Amino acid sequence: MHEFAPLVILCWAATYIWRGLGVALARRLDTRGEAFRWASCVAFAMIAGLITQILLLPSGALSGASLTERLGASAVALGAYFLLTRRNLFVGVVAGSLAIVALRLAGA
Amino acid sequence: MSQAAFTRGMREAASIPAATLAAGYLGFGALAAGHGIPVAGAVLSTVVIWALPGQLILLEMHAAGAPLIAVVLSVALSSARFLPMTATLMPMLRHERYHGWHYYGAAQLLAMTGWSMALLRFPEMPRSERLPWLTGFAAVCCAASAAATAMGYVVADQLTPLATLGLAFLAPMYYLLILLGGVRERLVALSIAVGAVAGPLALLAWPDWSLLACGLGGGTLAWALDRGLRRA
Repeated sequence: MHEFAPLVILCWAATYIWRGLGVALARRLDTRGEAFRWASCVAFAMIAGLITQILLLPSGALSGASLTERLGASAVALGAYFLLTRRNLFVGVVAGSLAIVALRLAGA
Repeated sequence: MSQAAFTRGMREAASIPAATLAAGYLGFGALAAGHGIPVAGAVLSTVVIWALPGQLILLEMHAAGAPLIAVVLSVALSSARFLPMTATLMPMLRHERYHGWHYYGAAQLLAMTGWSMALLRFPEMPRSERLPWLTGFAAVCCAASAAATAMGYVVADQLTPLATLGLAFLAPMYYLLILLGGVRERLVALSIAVGAVAGPLALLAWPDWSLLACGLGGGTLAWALDRGLRRA
C-alpha cells in the first residue's frame, strides 16, 4: 500500500482538471456532442459498476452482512425513495441503513 | 461578491441538501475507518476531491492494494463528468463583476448537489447573484460533508460492528438512489445497466483495473447500443 495523503493529492489533480477545463473551454464546447455522450456513458457505467461491486462483493465494514441482507436493504431504500416518498433522497438513504441493521438483527 | 446572495446560498444549503450529503459522507467516513485509512486523509479527500464516487473508488482501490496509476486513472475517468457539468453552468454564471479566478474557485466547489440545485434556481435569479449564491451553497455542503466524514470515521471506531454496518451502508445507498433517480433518458439507463453487470464481473477478472475496464468497456458498449437504437 502507498501513502494515502499524496495519493489524495494526485486524485485531486485528476478531478480538478475536469472542473478547470470546463471553465476554460466552456465557450468552445458543444456539451451535447457525441464525445460528451460517450464520456457520460463511461462515467455512469463506472459509478454503477462501483455500486454493484460494493453491494455484491464488499470488503471492510459491509462484508459483515450477507448478500441477502445487503440486497434486501437496498430494496427497502429503493422502495422508500421511489414508492413511499416522492424521491426523498434523505429518507431513502436512511431507510436503507436502518433496514440493513434490522435485517442483520433478524439474521436474514 | 454580493454578500446577501452568498448568505442566501449558505442558508439554502444548510438543511436537506447538507443533511443528505452528510449521510453519504458519514458512510464514507465509516468505510474509511474500516479500511484503516488515516482520518486526516479521509477528510482531506472530501475537501479537495469533493466527489463521493471518486473518493469511494480511491478508498476501495487503495484498500485492495491496486497500483497507483490504476487508482489515479480510475478516479480521473469517474470525474470526467465534471467537464460537461461545469461547461454547461458557465454561460449561466458569467457576469462582468467577476474575473477568471472566481470561476476557477467556484469550479473547485462544484459537485452534483450544487450543480443540480443551480440548474433549478438560476433561471429566476439575477445574473450578478448566481456566482456568490453557488459559492455559499457549495461551501456549506463541502463543510458539512467534511465534518460528517470525520464524524463517521471517529464514531465507527467506537460503535458496535452492527451500527458501523448501518453507517457504512449510507454511502452506497446515497449513490444507488441518486443514480437511479436521475435516469431520464435511454442512454443513461443503458450505461447504468451495463455498468452494474460489468462492475462485479470485471472485479473478478482484473481486480486492479476493474473500474477502468467497467467504465471504458461498459460505457462504450452502452453508447454503441444507444447509437444503434437511435439509427434503427
